[in-house]
Amino acid sequence: MKLTDLFKKNDTAKSEPLLSEAEAEALSEPASENTAKPDESDKVKDSEEETMVCPKCKQVFDKSVLKENLNVCPACGNHFVISPERRVRYLVDQGSFKPLKCKVPFVNPLDNPDYEAKITSLQEKTGLEEAVYTGVGKIDGYETVICVMSSKFLMGSMGIAVGEKVTNAFEYADKKKLPIVVFTASGGARMQEGILSLMQMAKTSAAVEKFSKHGGLYISVLTHPTTGGVTASFATLGDITLAEPEALIGFAGPRVIEQTIGQKLPEGFQRSEFMVEHGFVDQIVPRNKMRETLALILRLHSKRGR
Amino acid sequence: MVKEIDERIQAIDAEIDELMAEEAVDEPRVYVLRREKHELIKMCRDLTPHDKVYIARHKKRPKITEYISNIFEDFFEQRGDDLGKDDMSIYGGIATFHGMPVTVLGHRKGNDLSENLKVNFGMPGPEGYRKALRLMKQAEKFGRPVITFIDTPGAYPGLEAEMYGQGTAIANNLAKMSDLKVPVIAIVTGEGSSGGALAIGVANTVLMLENSVYSILSPEGYASILWKDSGRSEEACELMKLTAQDLLSFGVIDDIIPEPLGGAHLNPKMVFKTVDRYIRRELEKYVKTGPEEIAKQRYKKFRYIDEMYLAEKA
Repeated sequence: MKLTDLFKKNDTAKSEPLLSEAEAEALSEPASENTAKPDESDKVKDSEEETMVCPKCKQVFDKSVLKENLNVCPACGNHFVISPERRVRYLVDQGSFKPLKCKVPFVNPLDNPDYEAKITSLQEKTGLEEAVYTGVGKIDGYETVICVMSSKFLMGSMGIAVGEKVTNAFEYADKKKLPIVVFTASGGARMQEGILSLMQMAKTSAAVEKFSKHGGLYISVLTHPTTGGVTASFATLGDITLAEPEALIGFAGPRVIEQTIGQKLPEGFQRSEFMVEHGFVDQIVPRNKMRETLALILRLHSKRGR
Repeated sequence: MVKEIDERIQAIDAEIDELMAEEAVDEPRVYVLRREKHELIKMCRDLTPHDKVYIARHKKRPKITEYISNIFEDFFEQRGDDLGKDDMSIYGGIATFHGMPVTVLGHRKGNDLSENLKVNFGMPGPEGYRKALRLMKQAEKFGRPVITFIDTPGAYPGLEAEMYGQGTAIANNLAKMSDLKVPVIAIVTGEGSSGGALAIGVANTVLMLENSVYSILSPEGYASILWKDSGRSEEACELMKLTAQDLLSFGVIDDIIPEPLGGAHLNPKMVFKTVDRYIRRELEKYVKTGPEEIAKQRYKKFRYIDEMYLAEKA
């Protein structure tokens, strides 16, 4: 690794003090086939405008500033939703990432007349096969299986394809004796696939358990939002559980809870900070510290050779 | 449709009870009523999914307490999650089944409102799932088969439930159940909704009563998500493919336990006998299977749970 070299190379281009060496390196990666496509899954849309407004703090700033800051608002720290490709780019050593092949044919168990068109249009729009993107890459030199879910793909919901891809990633990690990092973002099990979606919860959880029994390291990173059947399966089964700041994390959605109990939920309920307080998350890790934090955890587990 | 039939049957039953209590029983009237009831029950041959949801939720439908007292012996109730709470919506303990010690547990629904308030209408919180897991891990330790009865509107979506880790508790059950070294038989007896049902349903054999339903979410929840209108649940029932017959065709369950025409509540004794027979048949299947093999069989079942459906589509 030549982190410092890469850092220097990038140094002139950026003036953001929030960037660490690691991110500088991640950003220095040349445009891949993924960046060639219009990246609609990012909040920052390509347009004539050079500036944009953070929806949270209303601060106006240059788009380039936001991009250099890993799509985190430099003023208030609001973490924008990013595409899985971008997430991976921020994370892995340059050129080390290879997607895992796991193709699941389109199925429509409930014969929903709009479902196929919806999936096809999402595939075109996001450049993703499904709501999860899986592959193998190196994080600071440590070879790691990586799964990233996309909330832009039907709310990151888990149907057969997502369940199969996640299970396949755990099986691959198990076979190759590699650690696995999963970035979750999901509204839960996918309604359009009915009971078969529900069964993916059992399938993925069983795969995590098997991987875990064999001694594998699983780092779960909960990003906004992680709810429903994903929270109630693989998302909460990590050896180490991290969360991005202010992510919504829970089983039942806030609206359902409010309807059930007939009152408003307190501020910050089901957010990352709340989850740390209640003992379900080890640490909240901002995006600009994610790479080094994962690298540290991987290093701490590297002595046993996995 | 079945709702109206059922209400008429209830009225007939009440009237017959009244007539029979009189000193001079009006035999011809009783005869006519019994004929009418018979004809009404015959109308229940072709039930819609919505009808089945109605029957699955019938307030007189046999509950776990009755299954346990009618099918098992020597029941010893166990309570608590060992972490500070006891959730009454999960009921379970140790019992014998034809002389064999087993662990039996499931969702508990009440017979009336006051009972239902105690058991939270069969909607467990995390402590309920942890209690269930404690009982199952103990069953594993002592080599007892596990039999679970599923009947829940879902895991409870409450403030405290979230605070204490509803998602984590369910996830843990799914993971740990997948690797239990003893046979697990799950029976959906009423409504099996969402992760709250699956959390005690990762079994070697999954059975459903003929008129029970099992789905990703309650029909009301499904309608609320799809159309932002929980009032359209009847439509949702027709779309969700939640009947025992649907699930068998998906390969998600292993068999259907027949019910008397019109629903289990019309002849519970017969249902207990049938369920007994099915449990016995399943346990006999696993009696010679070793602990590792039993866990492996279950793992494979859920690893490839969608394969039958995918293969059919290919």
